[in-house]
Amino acid sequence: MSTPMNNVGRPTRLVAGTGAVAETFTGNKALMLEEPLLFERGSLDTSGVDLPPVPPVPDRLGGLGRDAVIGLPGFSEPEAVRHYTRLSRQNYAIDLGIFPLGSCTMKHNPRLNEKMARLPGFADIHPLQPQSTVQGALELIDVLADWLMKLTGMPAVAMSPKAGAHGELCGMVAIRAALDAKNDPRRVVLVPESAHGTNPATAAFCGFTVENIPANDRGRVDLDAMLARLGPDVAAVMITNPNTCGLFEPDLKRISDAVHAVGGYVYCDGANFNAIVGRVRPGDLGVDAMHINLHKTFSTPHGGGGPGSGPVVLSAALAPFAPIPFVRKTATGLELVEEDTAGTHANQSFGRMVAFHGQMGMFVRALSYMMSHGADGLRQVAEDAVLNANYILASLKDLYTAPFASSGPCMHEALFSDDFLDGTGLSTLDLAKALIDEGFHPMTVYFPLVVHGAMLVEPTETESKANLDQLIGAMRHVATQMLADPDAWRTGPHFAPRRRLDETLAARKPVLGFKDSEAA
Amino acid sequence: MLATIGAASVDDLFQDVPAEAVLDGPIAGLPNHASEMAVERALVKMAGKNLTASTTPFFVGCGAYKHHVPATVDMVIQRGEFLTAYTPYQPEIAQGTLQVLFEFQTQVARLTGMEVANASMYDGSTAMTEAVFMARRITRKPKCIVSAGVHPHYTSVLKTLTRFTGDVVEAGTPVFTPGAPGDDLASLIASIDAETSCVVVQNPNLFGHVADLTPLADACHKAGALLIVVVTEIVSLGAIKSPGEMGADIVVGEGQSLGAGLLFGGPYLGLFACREKHVRQAPGRLCGETVDASGKRGFVLTLSTREQHIRREKATSNICTNSGLIALAFSAHLSLLGEKGLRHLAALNHARAVQLADRLSRMPGVTLLNGPFFNEFTLDLGREARPVVRKLAEKGVLGGVSLGRLWPGEKSLQTGMIVAVTETATDEDFDAYEDALDEVMA
Repeated sequence: MSTPMNNVGRPTRLVAGTGAVAETFTGNKALMLEEPLLFERGSLDTSGVDLPPVPPVPDRLGGLGRDAVIGLPGFSEPEAVRHYTRLSRQNYAIDLGIFPLGSCTMKHNPRLNEKMARLPGFADIHPLQPQSTVQGALELIDVLADWLMKLTGMPAVAMSPKAGAHGELCGMVAIRAALDAKNDPRRVVLVPESAHGTNPATAAFCGFTVENIPANDRGRVDLDAMLARLGPDVAAVMITNPNTCGLFEPDLKRISDAVHAVGGYVYCDGANFNAIVGRVRPGDLGVDAMHINLHKTFSTPHGGGGPGSGPVVLSAALAPFAPIPFVRKTATGLELVEEDTAGTHANQSFGRMVAFHGQMGMFVRALSYMMSHGADGLRQVAEDAVLNANYILASLKDLYTAPFASSGPCMHEALFSDDFLDGTGLSTLDLAKALIDEGFHPMTVYFPLVVHGAMLVEPTETESKANLDQLIGAMRHVATQMLADPDAWRTGPHFAPRRRLDETLAARKPVLGFKDSEAA
Repeated sequence: MLATIGAASVDDLFQDVPAEAVLDGPIAGLPNHASEMAVERALVKMAGKNLTASTTPFFVGCGAYKHHVPATVDMVIQRGEFLTAYTPYQPEIAQGTLQVLFEFQTQVARLTGMEVANASMYDGSTAMTEAVFMARRITRKPKCIVSAGVHPHYTSVLKTLTRFTGDVVEAGTPVFTPGAPGDDLASLIASIDAETSCVVVQNPNLFGHVADLTPLADACHKAGALLIVVVTEIVSLGAIKSPGEMGADIVVGEGQSLGAGLLFGGPYLGLFACREKHVRQAPGRLCGETVDASGKRGFVLTLSTREQHIRREKATSNICTNSGLIALAFSAHLSLLGEKGLRHLAALNHARAVQLADRLSRMPGVTLLNGPFFNEFTLDLGREARPVVRKLAEKGVLGGVSLGRLWPGEKSLQTGMIVAVTETATDEDFDAYEDALDEVMA
């Protein structure tokens, strides 16, 4: 005979009623954990690193020892693991779901690439080791350079730029150096209105004067306005293709020819190369320089704001001005052309862009990605990216304003405006915050500037149809509800780790670091 | 999906591409896709051709240092929520990255002895160039004086970008003076004039020499110029008085020593710190504290009217993506060390460097040039140092960097070799180094 289980004090059934608790003692909400600052939680005499004792030798610091307290609290190892794990859970990431930031190309980051970048043969070598001891590293840079040149149809590539904007700077410095070599004083750079902000900022840093070229009603560069402005004072045109409206610039070759005819150069912003890789070579369109964001097209992780990597492919006209160092094949192996050999192999080089050789860790990841996909797979990357974006455009254009949908298919990203919300008092920002509550990272908002309340959706090739349908479903739901009952949608997000944040306060009274007096 | 779109094939979606620019099939000359195993095999083979720092007696520095990185750091940066996030444009779902940046900015400001720091730059060399531009914006003067003790690659980067901006860069030739190799602060002070926007000096300098920069700071300020201090070995600030305490106006640095590893030069971490009154002229992203709609503390990117996506051609810098994940690695490493651990680490580096410097300088023909130094020093080998470094490598010892590689044109420097010693070097490494150098010099 079995004994009945004693259930006293151990209820196993659901209790009727709601009984909601407003706030918890800790501020936590079950798995949503609040985490204090390092400066509130750590202490100056805690360390999580075990180091050997310091040998007793008299110091030779010339009386310049640091006596005053620095103010750097420490964690034990378990404290550190928890601190960062808890903080990580307050981030959205591509590992959690679709991250459709237009122009940013947030695709899956394959983990093989992470493993390869951590091979000691790549990660544990110094940039100034004798070159005989780093032949494999130089080989990797050389092989990656070869892929980049073949994929773009360009004869040269500068590998050292640290990110896309740095690559732009490298390309524009090369253009400036080429002009200076001819004593050519032209200084005007033409930039379409839809350009990334980095384009005009970069041109200005190279001493150029920026002039904007308007877009036409099909979202492309106004060809007539561009051609009319070309002349002997135009140093270069900076153009993004596919452009930031997600559209291919069909006249780029004509523009390039016209720019070359007046003695200028064509800079192509390669941020959107993901849409055409393997199907179109920028070199065939008359481009003189184009940076490639390895973290976009070639899947190196963006890390919450970098590191990026921005190699720049160069035309024959600009190649002689490329920065040092670069890898060169010799009879016996590979060598870095540096200061000592630049006179022989790079006597027109404009110098260094960075201290060392560029983003080696990103190079390894990008090459791992390229080798995995191959020439055939990379072509499919572009096709799937474009297919996915057009599926989103087609599935939303009846509800969302799609300013350029009538001009045909888009490339890798679909552009919408918030015109359809006119009269509701709601805007793109409210829609973005509503999508946060639906568990998505919003699309790029208010960019490009040529469209009012822009929403730029880039799904990338790594999302399945099921994922796209879920995003589309959420976007349709939110838009429909906003039109039906606008007042319910002005204060989102409601379910994120933080409600809407006061950015005006942050800018008016900047608090850029922790002050000890704030401590509770 | 094509039916929804109303297209017959994927090719139709590329209709805007002119026919002559469309490729019919995969690009020639490149292999097709490969399995994970095949890719791994190929890359492991390439990696195997390199001599790694951890498998050899290793004493190379000059702007990149081999330090022990606790295992926790790599675990932290491999959290997918950090690794695969974007720049925190939507702060409500990026508080993890933003709080880390706020903590990072605080750590960097305190470490450098400054009031504020930004959320990172690409590396030390680009941070230094941005600092020079910032000094010109603040002082509205054109001339920048760069000490000869600054890493020559850094100066080269500065020269690349100042060719077109109207800045005038004066950079001297290093001195090979026993006791204080690299730069001569007295002559730097003498060269400051009314047109000078800034003086750029590295501490410890490239030769490892540590100097009191207070007189230089005073001279700068008297002339209305700013003092920019470059720190390429950030661990040194656990032992040496900070640039802020010596009067610096802008401190830039390479943060690679904490968290990043050697990585053959990148990705590294540019550090940028300044005085609060100048922050609106600073380049790069800044994270600031604020509150949310329910009054809870939160963090956002702020003062973005300085930046390219708002100001376009009038921006303080064209930088967009910076080194976010490496900033996280730096911050995690530094929070694992804490003040106690950092001071211990710095003391250990210094003591080990003193020990090796004493051993090597007792060898016949070898002279230690440094008076004060931290974990890096310069030896005069009395003969061309470049072949010595190569021969040491043939014996499996990575012994340092020859001054000849960095300044190939400067005859007076060719006998110099810079040696870096960190906590990772063992007594066996010291023995191997001394034996190998003895054989090479014999």
